[in-house]
Amino acid sequence: MKKRGLFLRKALNNATAACAFLATCAGVVFLFWILYTVISMGVTGLSWSFLIEPTKPYGIPDGGIANAVIGTFLITMGAVAIAVPTGMLGGIYLAEFSNKSRLGKTIRFSANVMMGMPSILVGLFVYTLIVIPTGKFSGFAGSIALAIIMFPVVLRTTEDMLSMVPNTLRESALALGIPRWKATLALLFREVRSGLVTGVLLAVARVSGETAPLLFTALWSDSWPAGYFTQPTANLTVTINEYATNSPYDEMHIRAWGAALLVTAAILVLNICCRTIFREKKS
Amino acid sequence: MKQETQNKPPVKLSVRNLNFFYGDHQALFNNDLDIYEKKVTAVIGPSGCGKSTHLRTYNRIFELYREQKATGVIQYNGQNLLDNSVDLLELRRRIGMIFQKPTPFPMSVFENVAYALRLHYKLSKSELAGRVEKALRQAAIWDEVKDKLHKPGTSLSGGQQQRLCIARAIAVEPDILLMDEPTSAIDPVGTLKVENLIEELKKDYTIVIVTHNMQQAARVSDYTAFFYKGYIVEFDETEVIFTRPQNKQTEDYITGRFG
Repeated sequence: MKKRGLFLRKALNNATAACAFLATCAGVVFLFWILYTVISMGVTGLSWSFLIEPTKPYGIPDGGIANAVIGTFLITMGAVAIAVPTGMLGGIYLAEFSNKSRLGKTIRFSANVMMGMPSILVGLFVYTLIVIPTGKFSGFAGSIALAIIMFPVVLRTTEDMLSMVPNTLRESALALGIPRWKATLALLFREVRSGLVTGVLLAVARVSGETAPLLFTALWSDSWPAGYFTQPTANLTVTINEYATNSPYDEMHIRAWGAALLVTAAILVLNICCRTIFREKKS
Repeated sequence: MKQETQNKPPVKLSVRNLNFFYGDHQALFNNDLDIYEKKVTAVIGPSGCGKSTHLRTYNRIFELYREQKATGVIQYNGQNLLDNSVDLLELRRRIGMIFQKPTPFPMSVFENVAYALRLHYKLSKSELAGRVEKALRQAAIWDEVKDKLHKPGTSLSGGQQQRLCIARAIAVEPDILLMDEPTSAIDPVGTLKVENLIEELKKDYTIVIVTHNMQQAARVSDYTAFFYKGYIVEFDETEVIFTRPQNKQTEDYITGRFG
């Protein structure tokens, strides 16, 4: 029997490995390229006054971003306050009480669809639901829009985490006469605490970079976000959008880069927090 | 042997015509069984014969799964505990359960015992501490954990975790303890301690233990029920089952011819 040469097979193997490596590099390169651009452009905009002063109207060359930082924080926390309790309760229902019913399956499917919903649709939805009837843009409307985006993420994370808890723990809690809801909140949640925290942080990271939903709801403003419930509220992403696309002034472009750097840094920190919490749990 | 049956202890729990279904699949057929007060009843039989299934009807823990159903009568304290009117929380306080794998809650040793206790009883702080200590002593684990009451329950060894689970179960003052292969996941030393503990516990509690280990059944139990394919083939005093079984299948199983 004639042997096939090894050379071609080895060469093909190496070529595949090389291509795969290059493809990976391309992905990673873009990540670092983006980071490099954001950082190098962003730091030129960073200064003390940038961090503590509010945004200023067009035509005034100085000004900061502090009101937008606080506004983004408020809007995001508002979204957390709405979406985390409801999402978690929904997740509890799916994992613990729906018992594979048709309703449960429908809810799960809807949540999956919601997760893929373009965020601009959510923005428009809240715009027609709240902004038009009340006649007011507000930070709170922005929170609702972000909450709608967060809700399915929190719900599915909660459900997934709870379904990872072994049934033996559930059974031994119930076997002591502990009611189901208490067993879930006090024991099962404790068991998967780090997973839940990670899920919430990831959901926060996911929405804190959102622009489209806020464009139609929170809008933006040059004042401090005192009118969170009733007035347009400053926030980072819409400010970036406004400064970068609508403003003819270079100072504003630089401030937009500065704001972009802040958003990027915040999301990076959130992601690192998630990883650390999850790793702690594993060890 | 017949004269012994004359003075049997009072019946704590009486099972009549118990059938069990996993969806369409029937797993138990017309089970009749009497559980005697303050005695240890062992449930033996080959894998998949329905031992655990049978045990899991006593505290209705199977109801966690929607497709599982039980029919029949389990008479306990003058009522059929399979009735819908039975208060599940109170039922499960009175009929405690120990599982195959130790399942300490994700909290401290102390809290593991105190958690359900607090739920069922109004207790002052010192009463609570006293009850926790008593339960841990009864479960023969106090000396080993008294210095680490505030360490996580999961930091204990497997055998200690299992005794912690027993302490947790007896803390709420049950009548009956159900043990579902309580030693199959722990080492021989831990097993010995749990077996000695069962000997102690039967002074105060009625115990039903499912076991794969026939020596264990012979060592710890007063009565033994032999299950096969969902039927109770034979039920008698342990000594009778292990020395003079009436049924051929029981004899074959005891002597290791199958299973």
